[in-house]
Formats: sequence, C-alpha cells, structure tokens
Amino acid sequence: MTEPLLRVRDLKTYFVTERGGGTARAVDGVSFDVYPGETLGIVGESGCGKTVTSLSILRLIPEPPGHILSGSLIEFEGRNLLTLRPPELRAIRGNEVAMIFQEPMTSLNPVFTVGDQIAEAAIVHQRLPRKQARARAIEMLRLVGIPDPEERVDHYPHQLSGGMSQRVMIAMALVCHPKLLIADEPTTALDVTIQAQILELLDRLQAELGMAVLLITHDLGIVAGTSDRVVVMYAGQVVETAATPELFAHPLHPYTEGLMAAVPRIDTRVSQVRGRLHTIPGQVPAASGWPAGCRFHPRCPYAWDRCTAEEPPLLDAGRGEPGSHAVRCWLLTEPRRRTPQA
Amino acid sequence: MTTVAPLVEVDGLVKHFPGDRGPWPLARRRRPVRAVDGVSLRIAAGRTLGLVGESGCGKSTVGRSILRLIEPDAGRVVLDGVDVLACRPRELRGLRRRMQIVFQDPYGSLNPRMTVRQALREPLVIHHLARGSEIDRRIAGLLEEVGLDPAFADSYPHELSGGQRQRVGIARALSVEPSFLVLDEPVSALDVSVQAQVLNLLSELQQRRKLTYLFIAHDLAVVRHSADEVAVMYLGKIVEQGPAETLYRAPRHPYTASLLSAVPVPDPRASRQRIVLQGDVPSPANPPPGCPFHPRCPHPRKNDRCRTEPPPLRAVGPDQLAACHFAEEPM
Repeated sequence: MTEPLLRVRDLKTYFVTERGGGTARAVDGVSFDVYPGETLGIVGESGCGKTVTSLSILRLIPEPPGHILSGSLIEFEGRNLLTLRPPELRAIRGNEVAMIFQEPMTSLNPVFTVGDQIAEAAIVHQRLPRKQARARAIEMLRLVGIPDPEERVDHYPHQLSGGMSQRVMIAMALVCHPKLLIADEPTTALDVTIQAQILELLDRLQAELGMAVLLITHDLGIVAGTSDRVVVMYAGQVVETAATPELFAHPLHPYTEGLMAAVPRIDTRVSQVRGRLHTIPGQVPAASGWPAGCRFHPRCPYAWDRCTAEEPPLLDAGRGEPGSHAVRCWLLTEPRRRTPQA
Repeated sequence: MTTVAPLVEVDGLVKHFPGDRGPWPLARRRRPVRAVDGVSLRIAAGRTLGLVGESGCGKSTVGRSILRLIEPDAGRVVLDGVDVLACRPRELRGLRRRMQIVFQDPYGSLNPRMTVRQALREPLVIHHLARGSEIDRRIAGLLEEVGLDPAFADSYPHELSGGQRQRVGIARALSVEPSFLVLDEPVSALDVSVQAQVLNLLSELQQRRKLTYLFIAHDLAVVRHSADEVAVMYLGKIVEQGPAETLYRAPRHPYTASLLSAVPVPDPRASRQRIVLQGDVPSPANPPPGCPFHPRCPHPRKNDRCRTEPPPLRAVGPDQLAACHFAEEPM
C-alpha cells in the first residue's frame, strides 16, 4: 500500500473560552490519513470541529486563544508540521499544501489586483521574476476557466462575481502545484449552478495535476459526488470513516444514519416526498462541555447505560479491509440493540 | 389550477430599484435594477407555493412586495379579497395581522436587547390581542406550539441556538394569528439535523392552523419536500411554474432542468446527467434581450428567435407553465 501524504494522529486543538477558565475542546483526538491523489471528505455540522481541524493542519489557529496540544501529530510527507520552525512551515504553506476558504469575497485582498495576488505565491515560493509571475497568473486564470484572462488579471476583487472570486482563489491556491489542497466549504456561499461549475473545475484540476484534496463540507450530497473516502465528525471527534460507497450503503453510526435520513432529497419518488423528515432530536452540544460517555448519547435513539458511562473508541466494523470502515459506537459490540425506530 | 379560490393573488408585480450614482458626484445614474419584472402568482388557501431561484433572481423582493415591506412599482396583490396595494396605512396595519413573514437569519431578525418574552409581547400589545396575565399565557402557549420550553421566555437571543431562534421567529409571526406566511429561506441558516426539525414544525403548524405559505428558498430539495406548487424565477421573471411533482419529474424550461441537475444527490451510485451551465447570472440591471436565459441556455434548439423575442409564460402541459420557445422539445 502507498504511504499516506498526510497523517493526522490524535489531533487536539483546544480554545480558552472568553469568560476565562473554560476550555472548548473543539478538536479532541482526531486521526485520519490522506493518500496521494485521493479526495477525502470531512463532513459534519457546525461546531463539530471540521474547520478547526483543517486550520490546524497548516497551523492557522490563532494562539492564544487556541492551542494544539502536545501529543498531536500532523505529518506531511514524513515531516511533523507541528514542530517545524516558521520559515520551514512557510515553505510548505501555499506551496506544497494550499487552502481555499468558504468566503471567496472576503478571502481576497480588496486593494490588490487578482493578478498580483495569484503571482505572489509564485514570486515567493518559486522565485519567479515579476514578468514571468504575471504570465503565470494569466495561465492560471485560463486554467480555472476565467474568460479573457489577459484582461481579468488586472481586475480588482470587487469587479468579480462570487463564482469568479472562487475561481481566482483556486488559481491562487494551485499556482505552485500543491500536492494537497485543503478546501473548506469551497461552494457553500455559491449558488447551485455556480457550485456545479466549481465542483467540476476542482474535479478536472485534480485529475490534471494529480493532487490530493481534503474537502471539508456539511453537504452529504457534495461528499457523495466528489470524495473517495469520508470522515464523519461529531462533537470534536471522528465518529465514522469509510469508503464513500460503503458509507452511504451501510452507515453504521446512529449519527451518520440520522443525518442521511434528515436530508430532504431531490431524487426520491414522489410518494416518499411529503411525509415527515427524520429528525435528530436536540442539538449539537457546546465544545465547552461535551456530554460524558458517548458524546452522541443524549440524541441517540439506541443509547443504553453503557453509552452514558463509557466513551466508545473507534471500532472496526469488520467490513472490507481491516480498519477501512471504523465506527465510534458501542452498537458494534451489541448489534442486536439496533432495533428499528418508529 | 385549483378549484378552490386562491387566498393570495399576485398579478403583474413589478419592482425596479433605481440605480445609484456610484462613487463620483457627477457620475450618471446607473441603470435601474429590474428586481421583479412582471410576476403573477396564485396560492390556494392552506397550500404552499415554493418560489425558487438563485441569488439576485428577485424571489425575496416578491415576498416582501406582497407584504408591502417594499412598495412595488406596479401590479396587484389581493389577500382574501382585499387589495393589499390599495390599502391606506391604517388598513395595512390591520392587514398585517393576516400576513406575516419569517426571515432567513434568526440572528439578525431578533432584537438582541429584547428577551423572547418582550419580542413576543410586542405584536400582542400592538394588535390589542391580549392584556394583563393573558399575555404571559399566550406567550407560553406560542412557545409550546413551536416546540420550545416556556422557560425560554426570559432568554435573550444570544443564549439560544440557531434552531431555537428560528422557532422564536416562527412564534412571533404566529402570535397575531395570520392566515398567510411568507417564509423567506426559513431553514437555510440551519444545520441539516435542525433544518429537518424546523421543516417538520412548519408542516405541522400549517395543518393545525390551516396556514397558507409562500416558501422562498434556493434549495430545491427543501422546496420539493415542502411545496405543493413551485415557481422558478430567473432575472426577475417566473420562467416555469407547476405542481411540484410534475415540475421536478419533467421540467420544461432548460433553466429548471439545469438547476435540478446541479443539485448534489447524497447517493454515490446516482448516475445522473449533469448540465453544467456556463457563465454567471447576468446583472438584473442589464438583462439580455430576448429570452433572459439565452446566453447560458444549453437547449439544442436555441436560435436567433431566443436572442430577440422574449418567450411568454405559457401553458405547456396540464397546470404547467413555462417561458421557453422550445418547451415542448426534448433537451
């Protein structure tokens, strides 16, 4: 088997809460691998820790109030990013590992042209002279499908639509041909037809450039259409991980199961449409006080006393290759407790 | 479309926002934004009309113009026989008891300095619906009806989660016992698990109180789940309208077909033909001539007629309307 490009082990990122004294355990022991060329989707609702995980990888967490606990490991091609000195880290950021964010309009600097912003990474990392960097910026704009790139290169961000801004962000991220692209909700702020364009673009660029993508999203539909493997997060932890077809065919964690049933769908038959949607009762707990035992137990339809007392580890589901489908749930030890729900 | 007399009738609604002058004092005025450009709708009592489209298509302006939160430039709006646009301010205030709105952003639409009790109390007092201890009883009843513990009455909005805040927004709209609700993206700020709770609540309330909904949303799956009829807007105009079932199964306008095909489906085995539209939505200040959709239209029959002659919204099937010269031909 190939070596993973990125290994995250037992990542813990905590924040000191505003009123002092409190600790929000936003990311609390997260582990996963990203292999070269693949797309790994991290899916979860707000507050589950998916964005903090992605920011921790490039050490973009403001410290204080945040800090990554010792014992956490983030290894990119064998180098632990958490122990790198700032200049070494800068050589990786935006070069070998790049990132795009949810809000393209606010992630671009309004006082520089898009050309300047795309060229910056090429000048810094590849030491290209200005003129060549500009030519490279034009080439990148063409690659991401922006019409009239020679003209657009001198435009300012406010002259671009949301979809165009996200294309520019992608051009900026890819200018150094990174091996890993971290995309944090890259299409959430966009309309559905523009979202389809951006997802298609990412798919094409990934195939052309052979990079790996870590895709952070709340949308199960996007994960289903783009990712090879999926990590489901809840309350700062990984609760389930599997290959995409396996996860959608056999969701085993009650949270995954509930989430899939709660999504209104466009592809169901008419007779199934107008009924009640399945709901997960209650709401996501706060990071300053995760429930004891299994963190999902207060909302879980199957929970019993063990779940309230003892925190389950990630257990192998025994499907496919060992470790390929893992679930943080005691039901795996007592499958008969999974009774059909009313 | 239905034999029942519609509760809400909208005819030829127009709202153009004047262009601003831009940053320079002597600059010419920019072109007006044609946010809503001749929209007609009927909603039968007790039913839900879904109004979908992408940002800037004018769907929220339609909702607000119907309630006169924005004054439309032209058109006619009738709520249960009353001409809304002809109402004088005093009559309008009375009419507001019958029509209410729930906004997308429960964070932005509740006053952060008011407790839930104060927020729910205001409409009851303004419309003289309750006094004295009756007020607190009504507030407790409203909170229970939207699935909140009456103990939340003394909380401030920042102490509530997004889903709880949206429930308060719904309770506030219901407090005056309206018959018609405009739901303007009521669940788009919420997480999936909470979104399902709020959608179920809205459908329970509709049944219990016989409410009529105009459900405005960009999420086609949510609309499919909630609406009896659906209207699709593009650049200020309705381009297709029909019963939800028919419209989702057999869309006749190429824009509807493209929108539907662009929605990600949570099933990795789904093999769907995706139509990826090229380009962005044109500016509503400068809509293309002819069919407003023609520059992005993937229809194989697209021709010069589309570039010059605006297609009227016409019947293309039982109860189904579409504004396309080639609505009858396969995509």
